[in-house]
Amino acid sequence: MVFFLIMQGNMSRKLHARRIEGIDKNTWVEFSQLAADYKAVNLGQGFPDFSPPHFIQEAFCKALNGGFSKHQYTRAFGHPNLVKILAKFFGRIVGREIDPMEDILVSVGAYQALFCTFQALIDEGDEVIIVEPFFDCYQPMVMMASGTTCLLDLRLKCCGPVLSSADWVLSPEELASKFSPRTKAIVINTPNNPLGKVYQQEELQMIADLCIKHDVICISDEVYEWLTYDGTKHVKIASLPGMWEHTVTIGSAGKTFSATGWKVGWAMGPGHILKHLKTVHQNSVYHCATAAQEAVAVGFQREYDVFGSEESYFHQLPIHLHEKRLRLADCLKSVGLKPVLPQGGYFMIADISNLNVDLTDPSTKDEPYDYRFVKWLIKEKGLATIPVSAFYSPEHKDQFQKYIRFCFVKEDSTLQAAEDILRQWSDSK
Amino acid sequence: MASIKHKNAKRIEGLDKNVWVAFTSVAADPSIVNLGQGYPDIPPPSYVKEGLAQAAMVDRLNQYTRGFGHPTLVKALSKVYGKVYDRQLDPFKEILVTVGGYGSLFSTMQALVEEGDEVIIIEPFFDCYVPMVKMAGGRPVLIPLRLKSSPAATSVSSADWVLDQEELASKFNSKTKAIIINTPNNPIGKIFSRSELQAIADLCIKHDTLCFSDEVYEWLAYKGHEHVKIATLPGMWDRTITIGSAGKTFSVTGWKLGWSIGPDHLIKHLQTVMQSSLYTCPTPLQEAVGQGLLRDFELMGKPDCYFTSLALELEGKRDRMAAMLRQTGMTPVVPEGGYFMIVDVTALNQDLSHMGDDEPYDYKFVKWMIKEKKLASIPVTAFVGEDSVKQFEKYIRLCFIKQESTLDAAEAILKSWNKG
Repeated sequence: MVFFLIMQGNMSRKLHARRIEGIDKNTWVEFSQLAADYKAVNLGQGFPDFSPPHFIQEAFCKALNGGFSKHQYTRAFGHPNLVKILAKFFGRIVGREIDPMEDILVSVGAYQALFCTFQALIDEGDEVIIVEPFFDCYQPMVMMASGTTCLLDLRLKCCGPVLSSADWVLSPEELASKFSPRTKAIVINTPNNPLGKVYQQEELQMIADLCIKHDVICISDEVYEWLTYDGTKHVKIASLPGMWEHTVTIGSAGKTFSATGWKVGWAMGPGHILKHLKTVHQNSVYHCATAAQEAVAVGFQREYDVFGSEESYFHQLPIHLHEKRLRLADCLKSVGLKPVLPQGGYFMIADISNLNVDLTDPSTKDEPYDYRFVKWLIKEKGLATIPVSAFYSPEHKDQFQKYIRFCFVKEDSTLQAAEDILRQWSDSK
Repeated sequence: MASIKHKNAKRIEGLDKNVWVAFTSVAADPSIVNLGQGYPDIPPPSYVKEGLAQAAMVDRLNQYTRGFGHPTLVKALSKVYGKVYDRQLDPFKEILVTVGGYGSLFSTMQALVEEGDEVIIIEPFFDCYVPMVKMAGGRPVLIPLRLKSSPAATSVSSADWVLDQEELASKFNSKTKAIIINTPNNPIGKIFSRSELQAIADLCIKHDTLCFSDEVYEWLAYKGHEHVKIATLPGMWDRTITIGSAGKTFSVTGWKLGWSIGPDHLIKHLQTVMQSSLYTCPTPLQEAVGQGLLRDFELMGKPDCYFTSLALELEGKRDRMAAMLRQTGMTPVVPEGGYFMIVDVTALNQDLSHMGDDEPYDYKFVKWMIKEKKLASIPVTAFVGEDSVKQFEKYIRLCFIKQESTLDAAEAILKSWNKG
């Protein structure tokens, strides 16, 4: 005990706040480090390894040469040029007048928009329904806000030879059963990370009906909204009747313009809810970086003008990625993995249960199978992926240990390198 | 009608008001000379801007970087501060990069303050400290700096504002989790001397409390004054988080990058908050700041170093502003550091009774001055608790990190003050 106190620098009291208990482990920190250490071909973390489009890079250069004001504080809740074009752009999509000053908050990535939402709305005793598999930050954020997580699983409804993310669905009875008088919010992510599921209108209507019936807020994470394939349509739950008043929609410039390192995101919704997010924002980071916001504004203005045309980046990027997605799926099939073809997003999961790999690394023996497999794949084959049980709650991890996640938003050379590794491995078996 | 369920969470109850929201929109009017909000209207150094332009051209630098801080930046920080602290700083365990100094303050409070904790805050304080302590569930305990020289003196310095040692000691008890210090101080510009810091350190050690040291203006110490880091005093490294800011260091407040430096056993908790709140800061900006720091590290101690040259440039502006204000009969408090100056407006005897009595005098004065004189400033009682309002309501805060043409315009207004 005395030794421990000395190690702590003679501070004899507990230092950290309870709100951070149990949320210190983080998948990305662990796996990004491992991928870097082994110089693995990285299909793990979700970022493009190609450049953002030329017009957005140009916009950024213009912004940083645009006079002193671009390097000083801008409006705290969002740079005026940016919130105005976001209001115009998304107003046209959802078919309503969005107030740029009242209905939008610009944040440091969609991540911070999620944080502001939970901190603003969730108190001890509040339940938040989270659909599994989920982007892993949702649960820690609910915990940090002292909320209670109520889990609901997407389930595989059929088992044909070719699996699609559309085969994962919610059970209407199970969904309805999760709503209680204590339910404050439900979090949905469409297109979904990691599955790639794009919720259909009927599915969203089912969720909307329950939100309206139980007066629950829907937190809709739509960062991959422009990336849908095979003619699948992305539907905004906030555009369904009665849902604007009940929804906080989250978006990301990083995913929209393939510039994840810019960390510009937003939350959009009715003023009476957004004002609470603004209070959190003004007491946590207060301002977001100016120049990047200006560049994103220019990008959106350009996309507003060419929306629906062939020139639009929102048209071109999914076409570009469509091929990469098919190519990766074919490669995975050919080596005995069973890919789930995603309807949208950056990622593809694959069933690894057919492979018989001898995972004898003693350092991972207490971990779920997919974690052990992913680490083996990085260390022995130099290929980085992410274990899908990372997207499940600790309570359910062991039921979903047989999938790994690949990011296909990569240069062809990266995908080729990954294919070479997989073919070599398959040939050597 | 807004539903009951759409009500805010308890943690943000009462935290929606903010002095900046009220005053910055007013000052956006271009006909008003803005000495209010603290940002430079002078350009940042060209190599910093160029660094950003170069970073933006590298594909990898437009994508996510390491969550706790981009390697180029944390390594540069460990070099610069390793020299300043005269100790080896582990770039990965003892440094966290955040969204401005503001983000560091937030991460610190969320990581280390909770219900039941008291946090001592020295008035006047940068206004976010109190709401942040409250949002973390803590209780702010305030103690004012007090003017020790005679108010009739013509020349007042920020050094004349001191803490009463007995009063300070009385604020510490078994519930005290931390004390927040800000040196150089915003708004007064006080630089806490080594002996003042030692007195605070002694109490921290005696009561086993933490120290959150906001040092965002650390490079702006004027002639005759030395910025001292409380974390370098004996026994203090292990209990101190020191906060810095790229925005203030390189005159790029719109970049919103800052950092927390401290022992691993404290920084790791701030890192947990970071990974659950915004995960990572923008990459190209971090690369540019890292390159800028490396460049100035080589020049540290020489006049070419931006840390030195900026302080020299601002000292001139400080003296010019103090002189302008004295001409009108106001009494400036000449700051030892930072880029703000507070001014006692008592001698002007400006009658503001027509503006009602539901606001402190300085709020009324600031509004009156914007309207009648087209000059914007910030009321100093925005930086104090209710109990100290009477002590500070004759002061307004002016920012002098402005280009000469802005200061010329301010001078013109001040020169014609008594004629208007």
